[in-house]
Amino acid sequence: MTTTPEAAVEHRYGPYGGQYVPETLMPALAELETAWVAARADAGYREELNVLLRDYVGRPSPLYLAERLSEAAGREVWLKREDLNHTGSHKINNALGQALLAKRMGKGRIIAETGAGQHGVASATACALLDLECIVYMGAEDIRRQRPNVQRMELLGATVVSVESGARTLKEAVSEAIRDWVTNVATTHYIIGSAVGPAPYPAIVRELQRVIGDEARVQILERRGRLPDRVLACVGGGSNAIGTFAGFYGDPAVKLVGIEAAGEGIETGRHGAPLTVGGQAGVLHGALSALLQSPEGQILEAHSVSAGLDYPGSGPEHAWLRDEGRATYVAVGDTDALAAFREVSRLEGIIPALETAHAFHHILHGDGGGSEIDLLCLSGRGDKDLAEVLARG
Amino acid sequence: MASTDTATGTNAGAERIAAAFANKAGRAALMPYLMGGFPDVETSRAIGLAYADGGADLVELGVPYSDPLADGPVIHEAGTKALAAGATVDDVLDICGTLAERLPVVLMCYANLVLARGVDTFVGTAVDAGASGLIVPDLPLEEAPEILAACDAAGLALVPLVAPTTPDERLRAIGTRARGFLYTVSVAGTTGERAGSRESFAPILERARAATSVPVALGFGIATPDAAAAAADAGADGVIVGSRLVREAAEAADPPAAVRAVVTDLAAALRT
Ligand SMILES: Cc1ncc(COP(=O)(O)O)c(C=O)c1O
Repeated sequence: MTTTPEAAVEHRYGPYGGQYVPETLMPALAELETAWVAARADAGYREELNVLLRDYVGRPSPLYLAERLSEAAGREVWLKREDLNHTGSHKINNALGQALLAKRMGKGRIIAETGAGQHGVASATACALLDLECIVYMGAEDIRRQRPNVQRMELLGATVVSVESGARTLKEAVSEAIRDWVTNVATTHYIIGSAVGPAPYPAIVRELQRVIGDEARVQILERRGRLPDRVLACVGGGSNAIGTFAGFYGDPAVKLVGIEAAGEGIETGRHGAPLTVGGQAGVLHGALSALLQSPEGQILEAHSVSAGLDYPGSGPEHAWLRDEGRATYVAVGDTDALAAFREVSRLEGIIPALETAHAFHHILHGDGGGSEIDLLCLSGRGDKDLAEVLARG
Repeated sequence: MASTDTATGTNAGAERIAAAFANKAGRAALMPYLMGGFPDVETSRAIGLAYADGGADLVELGVPYSDPLADGPVIHEAGTKALAAGATVDDVLDICGTLAERLPVVLMCYANLVLARGVDTFVGTAVDAGASGLIVPDLPLEEAPEILAACDAAGLALVPLVAPTTPDERLRAIGTRARGFLYTVSVAGTTGERAGSRESFAPILERARAATSVPVALGFGIATPDAAAAAADAGADGVIVGSRLVREAAEAADPPAAVRAVVTDLAAALRT
């Protein structure tokens, strides 16, 4: 599953992945793949990115032993502090890497989609830094529930386009971004925000996010002298999870656990947990993967209190990790996530993103699976969620 | 399987399409697009029949889909409304059966609907419903082999799309695997009515023709009799008109009568 710098970029993960997109985009995907393969082999690109990750983002992010949380969970819980990154989440790792790539490709116009707004903010930030035009597609419902991030994006010079179709959340925002790309492909790079989409995107996003897992592995060995029993992360499209997991692919004893959104409950059908539920794979946003669909093949709307997990699809590599038994996926519902949001705030003085709160609930109250050491990707901070959480009492 | 790289005469669907192009009434075959199930199943059936009455040579029958990435706002919204009104794939195949008695039907259907039913089952039911061809707008060459093989075996022409962005070598690879006709997209973009870009028709069509032995049809953006005539003048064997007609169906008080008038005008422009 790991690739050497010279190797081509994988298009399939077992049966999953592929490039189910309109023909107009196929040459752009080929161009992107060529540019990516060249960039990652180029010491100049890597140096430029690494310097920015260090001096601008603040990497390496700390690995923090959360003692009060550990006590409550009954095992050691180490937090990989992606919430301390500039812009407040892991999304900046990918956005910066892709914005630098776009610059190399001579594309001055950037489009992005966003759900929670974190990827939109990260993209707007990278574009401000690198002097690129930035247009962010965001569902009208997400604009409502993640208002502070909309204001941040606009302050950073980005144009936020409200998407009114369907459930007006992340799925529709991705679709609109793809339609924009089909129309403006010659001038535009699409910075997709998760480990989803047509090849080569899932591989590019994993490679840009694996800095999380690679750093965490070194840090836990340094600090604790051994690997964790479990590595956990929340899964929307799956970018923070795949980046964290990738650092531990070579350690078969380390269990990988992804936490999806159970929304109002798996049994209600109103959730965002395609990997947990299983069912027939299908095509969404250019890739074959686990998704929520009707028996006819119409994509269903996801439901989650957290905008970043409110997505009916999943990254194709996750579907394959699941089928292979390398990773397991569980789901945590809205109510439990909201409770964990408050619980972690009080226990650790850390207000986590509502996305990550799903994973915290599993650590605090789920099946520990005999683990003595958990390592969790704390994917982002929860400031953006305050209004939504407080409104729910 | 029966899949080959020869582009003509491989199956019954392709033959019926070839005959429609050969016997077209005007300088180019007129192929209007219809959103199956919009505004409702029976009205859309009547709209399809009105296309035939108005002088269409073939009809492109869209299957409504939740996430139509290749479509602009008009067709997207029509599909959303068709689904909200309860249209199913089987409803659209039933409409296909009615229309196929009058003219060749080419289904336009996104990949996930084909995969969800199972490729062989989907293709089999489409053939049983009288479809002659299948267009899958999110199925590029690389993902097509399984569906192409099933279509070839069952006698359904799998019609590929090429875009202005498609490089020459790739165009040839697609052109040799084209069945029925080559769907040539006139602009980089989604479906939708557009004013400009007619100067590019001739070079786009020339490039497509050099890459294939099947007829070449031009679509995306063509909305007026003038533009249809310009496409024919530029060498198109067929002209596809979509959003203009779907908009008419959405706005008119009597959709079948209204679309029939629009199709009649388009057909007339291709005859003079
Ligand atoms: C803080 C945070 N965590 C997690 C996610 C989920 O995305 P992914 O699964 O790609 O990491 C998001 C998405 O918006 C997010 O903002």
